[in-house]
Amino acid sequence: MTKKITFPHIGSYYIPIKYLIKKTTLCEVIVPPKITKKTIELGSKYSPDYVCVPFKYNLGNFIESIELGANVILQAGGGCRYGYYAELQEQILKDLGYNIEFVNFIKNNRVSIFNIYKYVKKLNPKLNIFKYFYYLINTILMVIIMDKLQKNMRENMGFEVVENSFNEIEKKLFEELQGKINPLKLFRIYHKYKKEYKNCPINKPNDCLKVGIVGELYSIMEPYCSCFIEKKLALKGIEVKRFTTVTYLLLEKQHNIKRLLKKGKKYLKYHLGADATESVVLTEELAKKGFDGIIHIKSFGCTPELNAMPILSKVSEDYGIPIIYFSFDSQDSEVGIETRLEAFYDMIIAKKKK
Amino acid sequence: MRKKIKVGIPRAFLYYRHNVLWKIFFEKLNCNIILSPETNKEIVDIGKKYSIDESCLSSKIYMGHVAYLVDKCDYILVPRICDYGKNNNVCVRFNALYDIVKNLFPMVNILNYNIEKTKLKGEFIGFIKMGLKINKNIFKVIYSYIIAKIKEKKHNSMLMNKQINILKNNKLKILIVAHPYNIYDKYIGEPIIKFLKSMNVEILYADLLDRKIAIDYSYELSNTLYWTYSKELVGAVNYYKDAVDGIIFLTSFPCGPDSLVNELLIRKLNNIPITNILIDESTAEAGLITRLESFVDIIKGKKEKND
Repeated sequence: MTKKITFPHIGSYYIPIKYLIKKTTLCEVIVPPKITKKTIELGSKYSPDYVCVPFKYNLGNFIESIELGANVILQAGGGCRYGYYAELQEQILKDLGYNIEFVNFIKNNRVSIFNIYKYVKKLNPKLNIFKYFYYLINTILMVIIMDKLQKNMRENMGFEVVENSFNEIEKKLFEELQGKINPLKLFRIYHKYKKEYKNCPINKPNDCLKVGIVGELYSIMEPYCSCFIEKKLALKGIEVKRFTTVTYLLLEKQHNIKRLLKKGKKYLKYHLGADATESVVLTEELAKKGFDGIIHIKSFGCTPELNAMPILSKVSEDYGIPIIYFSFDSQDSEVGIETRLEAFYDMIIAKKKK
Repeated sequence: MRKKIKVGIPRAFLYYRHNVLWKIFFEKLNCNIILSPETNKEIVDIGKKYSIDESCLSSKIYMGHVAYLVDKCDYILVPRICDYGKNNNVCVRFNALYDIVKNLFPMVNILNYNIEKTKLKGEFIGFIKMGLKINKNIFKVIYSYIIAKIKEKKHNSMLMNKQINILKNNKLKILIVAHPYNIYDKYIGEPIIKFLKSMNVEILYADLLDRKIAIDYSYELSNTLYWTYSKELVGAVNYYKDAVDGIIFLTSFPCGPDSLVNELLIRKLNNIPITNILIDESTAEAGLITRLESFVDIIKGKKEKND
């Protein structure tokens, strides 16, 4: 049986993940179809009802790609409940009668690079550790490039002169990243698109509205889960800032917590778990920087973010910065979220005029 | 004579795991212990006011207990648990309890110990640091801790022996799988226990098993589980599953670890009757009793058939 590998979606990071798997294992990779209403319906049908939403999305992704012929599933995660997803998802898929191999890269609640190497080596005996690291570095560079360029995009997208011009550039970037790459080429791509983003005509006033997004990682990074909240904000002409990206989670977070706790010692003494410490400290930081509002998003029942919320309310009181809380479930109506966003928008505009 | 220090202990969460340890430790250090009352409707309502509406019922109850104690004592005990070593984490709610209480009730003096074994902060060091806050004599603090620890061990083994004796009789036996802070709580667990006892059923508690044995047993059912408290319960299920007639999973809505662990157990245990009971602050007792009654009837019928 030939192995066809699949993995769960998170934002547009399927491009680097696909690259890494394809290059190292030489197997066929099946990218799950784009998340739609059907995905979440499938996922929530077979999930326990009060589990958090990313579980349901992932399960939906798996079922959809199994129907396309995938038979090896990769899953990784950690921090909160995320680390325990894999075992239950494997059991659920087996109970549904699918004959699949489920590979879980989580050990001790952490993803280890060497664990992945061991598994990949089994599939592709020709691979050596140097090649593996070469591909891994390429992948990481790719992620960093995507994150850096997207940061620029979030800041300026709301002020584009020609409609959809930023999206067009992003599309081209993704296409180029899916072609043949090496570190030098990646470097060139980065500079080329940096220029292109810079040259894209924008009409940005000096005192535009600035909003920061903090919260749970999946809702932040997967636009479908948050009902495309970033795009909605851009349409209103707001500069969006967010810190959580894959670059941050993989490379920076481990060294960052001590620094964050020091910074936020007015409110925190200990690490709150998962991304909650970041939520609190970065909110305080943005408030000091004079942002107009904070949007806190999470999936329903996310315990770490629930830990952060009472403290966030206090930050909001102390600094007078408005915070709106969104909690996403498997049945969100886009209209409802839009209405709340609109009210929030009106409020921060009125506050700014004052 | 100097006035005795009043230490408040909220009767929720880890109280049900460490009550003997805490009580003896503070008594030996010459403190007055003020325990919040058994959970009642009033406490739940106050707790609801102080917490985010999505948090689990158990944590709402905790906040209620803390709010009750606020103006009645000098210190409130709020431990912070992060992990008991590699691969032995706890629900992230326990990571943040200290900071939440500190921010919700800024006027309160908190007595706090931190367990984070991966950073070499164990229970012993935590208790010594905490003890030094109330009593400057370090030998007295160490002595109190050791005495309290011994008494706790004795108390636990007494409870466990009691449970083993139940296994020997021939009555209908049901295993209740729930965190101690749920099952022993007056608001969440008591109605269920009371009803089951009135049906003449022997109840086994999943948390009453030697913790080391339980953790060893848990790997058979789940090998990637990393929450210590859940591991102990899973191990107990594996240990007792052949000796009991039915299993009841009791969870407070929406408990994070339980949402995954219970589902996995229900899927893995095929030949034993199981019911999963979710409790939130608006659960009606009548509906609950009906479900339990029919569950007990089913396993009674099954047992009679087998005999």
